[in-house]
Amino acid sequence: MATLVAEAAAPRVSSGLWRDALRRLSRNGPALIGLFFIAVFVLGAILAPYISHFDPTVGKLTDRYQGPSLTHLMGTDKLGRDEFTRVLYGARISLTVGVTAVLFGLIGGVVVGSIAGAAGGVVDGILMRIIDVLLAVPGILLAIGIVSWLGHGEVQIILAVGISYSPQFARLLRGSLLALRESDYVTAARSMGASPARILLRHMLPNALTPLIVQATLAAATAIIDVAGLGFLGLGPGDPRIAEWGEMLTDASSFLQNYPYLIFFPGAAIVISAIGFNLLGDGLREALDPRLKR
Amino acid sequence: MLRFIVRRVLVSVPVLLGLSVILFMFLRLLPGGGPAEAILGQHATPQLVAQISANQGFDKPLYEQYFLYIGKLLQGDFGSSFIDGRPVAQTFLIRFPGTIELTIGAMIFAVGLGIPLGRLAARHPNGWIDGMVTVISLFGISIPVFVLGYTLAFIFGVQLHWLPTSFQLDPRLDIDPVTHFPIIDALLTGNWDNVLDAISHLLLPSIALGSIPLAVITRITRASVIEVSNEDYVRTARAKGLTNRRVDNRHIMRNAWLPVTTVIGLQTGALLAGAVLTETVFTWNGVGSWVVSSVQNHDFIVVQSLVLIFAIIFIVVNLIVDVGYAFLNPRIRYS
Repeated sequence: MATLVAEAAAPRVSSGLWRDALRRLSRNGPALIGLFFIAVFVLGAILAPYISHFDPTVGKLTDRYQGPSLTHLMGTDKLGRDEFTRVLYGARISLTVGVTAVLFGLIGGVVVGSIAGAAGGVVDGILMRIIDVLLAVPGILLAIGIVSWLGHGEVQIILAVGISYSPQFARLLRGSLLALRESDYVTAARSMGASPARILLRHMLPNALTPLIVQATLAAATAIIDVAGLGFLGLGPGDPRIAEWGEMLTDASSFLQNYPYLIFFPGAAIVISAIGFNLLGDGLREALDPRLKR
Repeated sequence: MLRFIVRRVLVSVPVLLGLSVILFMFLRLLPGGGPAEAILGQHATPQLVAQISANQGFDKPLYEQYFLYIGKLLQGDFGSSFIDGRPVAQTFLIRFPGTIELTIGAMIFAVGLGIPLGRLAARHPNGWIDGMVTVISLFGISIPVFVLGYTLAFIFGVQLHWLPTSFQLDPRLDIDPVTHFPIIDALLTGNWDNVLDAISHLLLPSIALGSIPLAVITRITRASVIEVSNEDYVRTARAKGLTNRRVDNRHIMRNAWLPVTTVIGLQTGALLAGAVLTETVFTWNGVGSWVVSSVQNHDFIVVQSLVLIFAIIFIVVNLIVDVGYAFLNPRIRYS
């Protein structure tokens, strides 16, 4: 109760709110599990060359389709490449591409959303209609369309997934900003002669950030799934030697009957990393907005 | 009400026009020289490029091309595939019923399981059932449909041999595609074994596709029921001595339905996108797998038209949801 009163009395985002949020997060079991999952994959991706001495791109043809063993923890694939090594290196693509795509979408969404929310009127109307057009194409289909246009490659995937995610961020931010425009402290700042840019950057954006942070964390989970989905559909990085979880699944799908472990391990990697971001996102939501705690 | 519907339809028109401009430019600005070169790919020879450009009107001024494009769209002409030469609209009508059936199957699975699970979890919030339901819905949103699809195919198809893992009907049955709805076509043969075959083909894809809506519907039902349960009129109803069952059905569910129906509608649109992946896993002959094969074959006219058609369907579904919502909720007065 005391913290609630203190927060309500705080005139703007202070280090207190963030410290409180961090404390609540550190007591949230599921969120810590999520953070742990993410940390495992991040460390695995960074330290991949030290954890495994196998080459993710080249294998020994004599070692094809070996089941999981002590040498090959997750077995080997059709070219004799070590599956464990490929899952580790795959984390590099999935995490960097997935997270960068969300950041790209977030930046795009914040720019469009703040212009729309701060300007209002005609500008807001035009920008929101453009957002409506993008939102009219359901889910991964927009990303498929963009990749088929831009061609293969990691940057293309980041652009495609990022563009397909930016409308939701823009909408979310615009909604918060429109509500904040009428708040007392914004009126106060305006009456004191603060410039529109200052009001937006100093007073409105910091107060509209928390839902965006939560949404971006949850979006990272779906972005990893979408990136793998593009790879699964043959729209991945384009170089078949690169280890990418979605493409690994496609490669393995024809051997489901005899070598199911080739589906299981990359599949589990996608699911566990998505669970990690989902748990962390839910935890952040509860930590940043204690009123939502159920 | 009628005015509300008309207004909602009118609002969709600029959205579709905007999308048509983007898709029109999509085809014209394809990397690789020009639209004809991009479509032909490595088969491009100067003669073929000239022939296709003249044929498709690519050599005319842009604004003229756009009006031609819109004019054709309004007549229901979505262009033709460069792979098999068939009109997109014709193939669409053959393939769409399969996707509708898959979407309905997934929705039956998600609603049929999600609402009871959500109600069960809401009865004892933070109890062990609630905990299990939370974990199930966490898995539901975290597992990609293609991973779940292959897992189901491996367990129920490869290992147990209980269910088929590809196609809508057993090709050996030789069932006439009359309506192109697999189950209805099977029914038309008058043979129950055929109907069972069609249903058995539908089960695994529906479960795989329905996993995300299942998670979302379970969560929203749980949250909505808990919220309504804390209302004063529910306490009053209990104080009156009404049975739990009556309070549940008459006072809680009636009000808890509203957010649940909205989410069901929104998820129906999302299912269309999910069908792209599900149909690929289960070699389901629908619109989703067609999008994928068209992208892989660089059949750009089909891709362009399908994105537009998906958007139209998505907008229509959302419209139905909004109208249904206004209909169900008299507290909302649309002016």
